[in-house]
Amino acid sequence: MIRTIEEINRKIKEGRAVVYTAEEIIEVVRHKGVARAAQEVDVVTTGTFSPMCSSGAYFNLKQPKTKMKLGGGTAYLDDVPAYTGFAAADIYLGANALPDHAPRNTRHPGDFSFGGAHVIEALVSGRKVTLNATAYGTDCYPARSREQEIGLEDMNDAVLFNPRNCYQNYNVAVNVSDRTLYTYMGILRPLLGNANYCSAGQLSPLLNDPLYRTIGIGTRIFLGGGIGYVVWPGTQHNPAAPRGSKGVPIRPSGTLALIGDLKGMNSQWLRAVSMTGYGVSISVGVGIPIPILDEGVMEHVSVTDEDILAPVIDYSHQYPYSAGGEPLAQVTYAQLKSGAIQLNGKTVPTGGFSSYSKAHEIAQLLKSWIGQGTFLLTQKSADLPGAEGGDA
Amino acid sequence: MITRKIILRFPPELVEEPVTYRLVKDYGLMVNILRASIHPGKKGRLAMAVSGEPADLEKAMEYVTRLGLDPEPMAEDICRHEDRCTSCTACIPACPTHALDVNRTTWQVSLDKEKCILCGSCVPVCPYKAMEVTYNGS
Repeated sequence: MIRTIEEINRKIKEGRAVVYTAEEIIEVVRHKGVARAAQEVDVVTTGTFSPMCSSGAYFNLKQPKTKMKLGGGTAYLDDVPAYTGFAAADIYLGANALPDHAPRNTRHPGDFSFGGAHVIEALVSGRKVTLNATAYGTDCYPARSREQEIGLEDMNDAVLFNPRNCYQNYNVAVNVSDRTLYTYMGILRPLLGNANYCSAGQLSPLLNDPLYRTIGIGTRIFLGGGIGYVVWPGTQHNPAAPRGSKGVPIRPSGTLALIGDLKGMNSQWLRAVSMTGYGVSISVGVGIPIPILDEGVMEHVSVTDEDILAPVIDYSHQYPYSAGGEPLAQVTYAQLKSGAIQLNGKTVPTGGFSSYSKAHEIAQLLKSWIGQGTFLLTQKSADLPGAEGGDA
Repeated sequence: MITRKIILRFPPELVEEPVTYRLVKDYGLMVNILRASIHPGKKGRLAMAVSGEPADLEKAMEYVTRLGLDPEPMAEDICRHEDRCTSCTACIPACPTHALDVNRTTWQVSLDKEKCILCGSCVPVCPYKAMEVTYNGS
């Protein structure tokens, strides 16, 4: 142990903390070596910005004078249905939710131009949306219908909650069939027309802390431009996925459940997306600070795109039919980011779904918050399940 | 030498007229077909860039007007809404002419309109709906 989180926070408050991004630290370690870098650097910041379908927000609406029980009734925000299985005034809006009348894929591929994510982005941008709600009425909550323009100021609480985010590594999607595919990994042209990937690689939070040594339940993070927390392992968290050198997973593996105050966020870091032929989703900006507690942590944050391998999966058969088998290939993020990979003797152009430029901006922003003393680190309250848990 | 981008609209009876051949052979123009939608017996539409001496271009336009092809300056345009674009690079493999490109140091995506052939491939590919083909500025 070189330093504790308490010591780091003291330095942050005094404006003396030494902070680098996960991209900058690569050069520092190359130049100075792990041991010296670990002595000199207190915090390394990570970042990621990409679509994460498993997202949504819950709202507590201020009651009208004649009160209304939304639980068991219906609630629509700009025609998008919200979940009303809670109490009188709490509703949950999923990013993927679609208006009842949306054409979906009736004319394939549908364009999915509007859904829950767009409502969340509108609210975060300060716009009002139309609430249409019905209730069955009770003695204590007599109102049976409500139509009103509402914004975040009309809500007691507005909370972004992601059951799953920050996938630690992910598939590279390709299509070996002879027809175009419309997937959550984008449009995949036939006969290996393109290869789409979705990770910030060397800037991605969990790829910089592959064994979850510092990131855990209770970790304070940058979320959507505001402050959030890791609250649980994300759904599908699978720490037992195969790992390569330095414990870095070579398959999709760990995930995080995240929460944060929507009122503190902004649409620069929270963006609705429309995946042609697939559905609506939302891109969420996340940045996680990694305290350099010892040389082992420093070793992990010095990971580069050359070190991280991703599996190439066929989305015409292997993925949709759970066909299993080995990936078509394993490629590094350095190869993916070069613009093309070689597959079956063919040069296949690559496209990203995770914005590296925005991931970079997030890591820089978090670095500046820490530098200015406005963001302090937290000690995790509990560990995420480690490599001994989950399904291989 | 000057270049103009034009759209020709073919009524069904003229679809088999070898217009491109005439433009090259009789008027000495360089013709680059950008988009074509031509089917025997149906209305056709041809977007092309024509380059040549101004006088030849003028005569060529008289020829296509005489034929009834209703030549119009190409007013289609591609618009990249920078406020929507996150430079994710999903569009990069979809662009056949590399008009959309990414600087692999800054990771900023850019659009070179000179290279764009208005094929529209980037439009459904962009998850943020940042790409739009506009017609006459709309």
